[in-house]
Amino acid sequence: MNIVNLLIRSVFVDNMIFAYFLGMCSYLAVSKNVKTSAGLGVAVTFVLLITVPVNYLIDKYLLSAGALAWISPKFAAVDLSYLTFILFIAIIAAIVQILEMVIERYSPALYSALGIFLPLIAVNCAILGCSLFMQERAFGNVGEAAVFGLGSGLGWLLAIVTIAAIREKLRYSKIPKALEGVGIAFIITGLMGIAFMAFMGIKL
Amino acid sequence: MNLKKLVIEPLRKANPVTVLVLGICSCLAVTAKLKPALVMGLSVTVVTAFSNLIISLLRKGIPSRIRIIVQLVVVATLVILIDQFLKAFAYDVSKQLSVYVGLIITNCIIMGRLEAFALSHGPVESFFDGLGNGFGYSLILIIVAFFRELFGSGTLLGYQVIPQSFYDAGYQNNGLMILPPMALIIVGIVIWIRDAGRRDVRHET
Repeated sequence: MNIVNLLIRSVFVDNMIFAYFLGMCSYLAVSKNVKTSAGLGVAVTFVLLITVPVNYLIDKYLLSAGALAWISPKFAAVDLSYLTFILFIAIIAAIVQILEMVIERYSPALYSALGIFLPLIAVNCAILGCSLFMQERAFGNVGEAAVFGLGSGLGWLLAIVTIAAIREKLRYSKIPKALEGVGIAFIITGLMGIAFMAFMGIKL
Repeated sequence: MNLKKLVIEPLRKANPVTVLVLGICSCLAVTAKLKPALVMGLSVTVVTAFSNLIISLLRKGIPSRIRIIVQLVVVATLVILIDQFLKAFAYDVSKQLSVYVGLIITNCIIMGRLEAFALSHGPVESFFDGLGNGFGYSLILIIVAFFRELFGSGTLLGYQVIPQSFYDAGYQNNGLMILPPMALIIVGIVIWIRDAGRRDVRHET
């Protein structure tokens, strides 16, 4: 499968927010100004780029039916796929923790930009969701999985920065009292989703 | 504490979805039809209630530094049980829900209730608090799914509701209702209707 095609599709067509509603909680909670939401978006993209390929390898060589055959033929009949959820979430939590420590050690500037968001990310459904989609779609190799993770992250970044920009301007507009805040954010997201549906027919 | 109040309050006044904006995450995707929404609501209720109960029982023994991991493990185990149960007894629904069953793990309602309630209250109260929040969440899913299925497919739970004579007279299903963006817009409208005419609700902007 074409890598560029996969990237474009996962950014625009299968957008995490508009098509699958993944990561809505932090999307609504953090999108009050552009700067912080861009920070969170970059952090999510970064974590996705690393966790999706790692989970791909875990799935391929540990979890799926017959995956353990590389250790010894005796294990060829073992199917551990029911452990998927618990292992994926553990891997994600561990990677986020390690990333936090590595970034703190080697790049204090990046750490102070991303730092506060990293712990939040472990329980962001976009991260776990992306790994589960990766498992469902059965990519051919680890590169495709990484591109899928990158694309999904960029799509999420795009969505959160756009809505943050809109919400900054909303402060100056007259919204019905009862609709202020969250209510209007939902409706705007819906409208943006309709706009993104225009990308649906794209073939590369 | 009044157990009945714990169950009733999250339905309206402290609804986890419309007031606290928790757990909206992935689960709107299952509301295109009523049946998966019901199953999803029920699964989340079971997981919230029992994870609240278990964490509340364990709360004296969990060191607070590693409590997040402990909570994740308890929740993930419950979700695996639900997933296997659905695969065994309701295979077609479990196919429709696809990855969204797994995403119950990262549903913020569950973690939110564990942190805010179960860690500081007794097991019985926590169980009922979990039930109440699960019901409050299911209520929103069911409202959204009801309108989407009714106008999007003209059916409810798979049964034809809009009579055939309407279609003969030129009525058409609204295809937009089935698509993801409408779920968001309906939630927005639900919030609007609920808050209209109430002075005490103050959303932060």
